[in-house]
Amino acid sequence: MEQESGAASAGTFIPLNEREHGFYSGLHALCQADSSGTGTLSSCKVATLFKASQLPPETLHKVTEVCGAKRLGYFGVTQFYVALKLLAAAQSGLPIRLDSVTTNLPLPRFVGLQIEPELQYSTIPPGADVQGAPCGSGPGSSSWTPADRGGTFRPLETNTEKKEAWSPPRSPCASPPRSPVIYHSYPYNQQRNGLDAQTTYESKHSSRPTAQLEQHSSPSNYGTKPTMEHSAIAQASSVERLDQQAVVYHCNEDPWRITGEQLEYYTNQFKSLQPDLGALILGAVAKHFFTKSKLPIPELSHIWELSDVDRDGALTFSEFCTAFHLIVARKNGYPLPESLPVSLQPGLTQQEEHIPDTPEDQSIVELQSGSTTKTQDKTEESSQQDTASVRAGPAPETLTLRLPAFPQRPEPPQDLDTQWRTKTRPRSYSSTSIEDAMKKAEEPPTPPPRPQKTHSRASSLDLNKLFQQGAPGLKSGWLLHPPALPPRPSTSQVSQTQQIKVQQPNFADFTHFREEEESPEKPDEQRLCSRFGPSTEDLTNPYKQEAPAGSHSQAPQKPARRKYHPETPNPDAVPPAAVQFPPPNKLTQRLLSKQKREIQMAIRKNKETNAVLTRLNSELQQQLKVAHQERVTLESQLDLVRPLAST
Amino acid sequence: WRVGIAVIAKENYPLYIRSVASQSELKFHYTVHTSLDVVEEKISAVGKSLGDQRELYLGLLYPTEDYKVYGYVTNSKVKFVIVVDSSNTSLRDNEIRSMFRKLHNSFTDVMCNPFHNPGDPIQSKAFDGIVSGMMVQTG
Repeated sequence: MEQESGAASAGTFIPLNEREHGFYSGLHALCQADSSGTGTLSSCKVATLFKASQLPPETLHKVTEVCGAKRLGYFGVTQFYVALKLLAAAQSGLPIRLDSVTTNLPLPRFVGLQIEPELQYSTIPPGADVQGAPCGSGPGSSSWTPADRGGTFRPLETNTEKKEAWSPPRSPCASPPRSPVIYHSYPYNQQRNGLDAQTTYESKHSSRPTAQLEQHSSPSNYGTKPTMEHSAIAQASSVERLDQQAVVYHCNEDPWRITGEQLEYYTNQFKSLQPDLGALILGAVAKHFFTKSKLPIPELSHIWELSDVDRDGALTFSEFCTAFHLIVARKNGYPLPESLPVSLQPGLTQQEEHIPDTPEDQSIVELQSGSTTKTQDKTEESSQQDTASVRAGPAPETLTLRLPAFPQRPEPPQDLDTQWRTKTRPRSYSSTSIEDAMKKAEEPPTPPPRPQKTHSRASSLDLNKLFQQGAPGLKSGWLLHPPALPPRPSTSQVSQTQQIKVQQPNFADFTHFREEEESPEKPDEQRLCSRFGPSTEDLTNPYKQEAPAGSHSQAPQKPARRKYHPETPNPDAVPPAAVQFPPPNKLTQRLLSKQKREIQMAIRKNKETNAVLTRLNSELQQQLKVAHQERVTLESQLDLVRPLAST
Repeated sequence: WRVGIAVIAKENYPLYIRSVASQSELKFHYTVHTSLDVVEEKISAVGKSLGDQRELYLGLLYPTEDYKVYGYVTNSKVKFVIVVDSSNTSLRDNEIRSMFRKLHNSFTDVMCNPFHNPGDPIQSKAFDGIVSGMMVQTG
């Protein structure tokens, strides 16, 4: 059989790519029976390894048979490699034949093996094949680390054809294949496949530039660093082809680290929200955007807390990348960390600190352990809130180790911390927007009822027309409403009432103008309007009552009245009495009846206006009373509080 | 030591209540509830003062046989209440003030989170962390 030739040279017969080679050699070392280097592997270890692949026993038998070990009675290097290849094929669903060996396959998956400490996130994956673990993990892991890290997984970091998703510790049976998680709302389509994706991998060998995300079976079963997400966020062109495409395992890398492609993608997304990369994305905008990811709100809230490091309610570019990355991770099934992972620290402070809680991070030995990010976060928070001295403590630590992973803004962390501090500290002492909103809300309630009544009334009195035709100087003069009223709502109303008031005195002064040619009552209003121009500051409540009355008659005869000039004395003196018309004018007899009619009409209108103004006046008086009372109580309270204020 | 910390919304319903486990929760809740009256009285007494942090801190609301209650109100009428054990005489006023300041800061952080709706119970882990830290501290 081919095993003969297979035994000839492992390298020539079986095409192993670099990664497989590395992996296999690692496994080989794992299963070394002894350190003699004879090349024969301890069958027990091999058996456990095979069991760890979680293939049915008959498959394993077949594999053993095919690879030639059965015949040979032992596992040589060649056989071992062939067997591994066959295992991979079997796991991919291919028939166990030597032909399968030639194809490019994903690496075989083994559960329960502590393949590489750097690759694993949990010390021993739960529920795994425990036999394999103590058996091979001890010597294996140590041998893994130096050898394989370099050889095997460096190539992985490059975004080439390494699509196989291998995660040896992952238990395939432990989790059902996840339904593809597709960000429909996002402009790119990342589909995370479950284990079923394995079967599609071989079809994707040629899809070289496309790096995709594959999907984790379950968050609890991370044996390796599922670095899929890093590689996945590919170029926009590959977005559409993301389905079913294998992932590039950056096994050597921190899953929380953002790759270049991801960063590019995030940048594009940021630009779509906010063209200026240096600017901030507001909270509401970010909320809307991230809500599209369909993560539950508490998780989004937590992600926000993690990523908004300067606590300003908006996202800078780095914060945005962090948040996006966390969301991507979460969608991939990673549990959210309690505190920000090191590599997601806003680029400036890339400390090589111990990765926090997430199980997969704990065994990342290569990241030096410093203070945990949790404590770091706490210190950051506390420093934000406490004195600067607290801050100075952790700051030097953060500065010492820095990973240049992020093309971030080159601010030293201390500056950022200072910013945080200064940003947060003033916050508590200054009025918040809520307070302002509250204040503003308190003001409007009181005035509105008053103006509306007279306003509507005034408009019915055609005061608008009056004002339009009135002298502009008058109008501006009217706007100086009495100081007792709250400025905002009553301005226009007061102006109207004032104007109305103006007309009222008209009637009192009516007699003076009686001699004039124009109709007696009406022109006075016009005159009064102009007259009041200079004297508006004297207007008080009484004026309002009178003004509407006069305006009634003012309206119909406006054009004729412009002749009159201000001549009467200060209208202050005019009492808000009811209109009293003098007897019919002495101008001409022929106008008498007409004027009478007009007068009576004017009287009627003025009475209405008068009533309105009286009502208004009473309301204002009441408010004045209330204000006085408040003032008195406040003053008394002030006296009471004054001794207390010293305590 | 700290018996408990509570955050009460403007409409006087609790946003967050946490007490040390040893204390009976119900009693703590009751104490906080009754202290709200005192808080309201203090708020109305001080009047419409603006933003002076001194006036945000209400001080010792009332001492009872077992514990002392301190109050603090924000500009948006959110109240923080801290209940401490009377036997802990080492707690000075300044410390209480700083605790309130910390609470206020964390609270604003929570509010800044766009995913948090004002009026919802506070579910922020960061806020929890701060509160736990304070409860343990000066233990």
